[in-house]
Amino acid sequence: MKINVLIVDDSAAIRKILTRVLSQTDLPWGVVHEAGDGVEALNILKSSEVSLILSDINMPNMDGLQLLTNVRANPQWKQIPMIMISTEGSETKVMEAVELGASNYVRKPFTADQIKEKVLPCLKGVVAS
Amino acid sequence: MNLLQELSQNFSEDSLAATCLRDKQTMMDKDVIVRFMLSAAEETFATMLGLQITPGEPSVEQSETAIHVERVVALIGLAGPYNGTGMISCSPALACKLASEMLMENLNAIDGEVLDAIGELSNMIFGNVKNMLEQQIGPFGLSIPTIIFGRNFWTRSIGEQWIVVPIKVNEFDLELQLCRSPNSTRSFSGPRRKRS
Repeated sequence: MKINVLIVDDSAAIRKILTRVLSQTDLPWGVVHEAGDGVEALNILKSSEVSLILSDINMPNMDGLQLLTNVRANPQWKQIPMIMISTEGSETKVMEAVELGASNYVRKPFTADQIKEKVLPCLKGVVAS
Repeated sequence: MNLLQELSQNFSEDSLAATCLRDKQTMMDKDVIVRFMLSAAEETFATMLGLQITPGEPSVEQSETAIHVERVVALIGLAGPYNGTGMISCSPALACKLASEMLMENLNAIDGEVLDAIGELSNMIFGNVKNMLEQQIGPFGLSIPTIIFGRNFWTRSIGEQWIVVPIKVNEFDLELQLCRSPNSTRSFSGPRRKRS
């Protein structure tokens, strides 16, 4: 089964870096969708099948926490692993994201290994199926 | 509550607020800000770019700066117990080098991709400065970065001077700057107890 991923960040540079990091793993990646904010991400989710979401928090229009709330409230999307990747490193923000249902959290700046460490465990079920 | 009790409570509230404000001022001192900026920059450059930085001598400069040569400037706003602006400024050549390292591509001219990469670097550096400040003096918000490329322009921050930290990245120069001023909103000046 191919893993379609949705990368949500207002920085095209970060979207590109994350795409490269994912491609360095041996996982069977399918389509990599990109969105610049939460609104764009929701539109992609409505029209595409996604197995993993990587999302920034601070973004215009709809931030990552609002996106997370929307994803977890939708029965069709609530099981999708969603990893937050943000400069927001305060305990309060991390706890807020986890309470809202984030699967994991990576603080920027990040290494490729940190991303892989957080992504791979979230995809065990997806890859197995 | 009688007048004496009220005055006494006001005094202790003001005293507490003054202590908190003093602590906050200490945390916003030049040396602390310099340390936070350098720590955040070192981590960001090492992690995202695999580059070491060499810090120069920090200084305090006027709020108004004239820029005559071509520069890439990223600005990002901080709001909380203090309000301020973080700024990264470098030559187009260094901006291209940093973006090339970050994206692992050869980028030789300023374009949207280079400016985006510099904006993201400023977001990471000042985002981490914000995280360090938050641990000491309470929550801050961070704006989305704005990136400017050009020459012959002035920058001016209202009221406050810039703390400037020059750093060397290989043979190139880059400046990290931050200006800040206390938030005049009463709720940020210190904790207040409810009056009975």
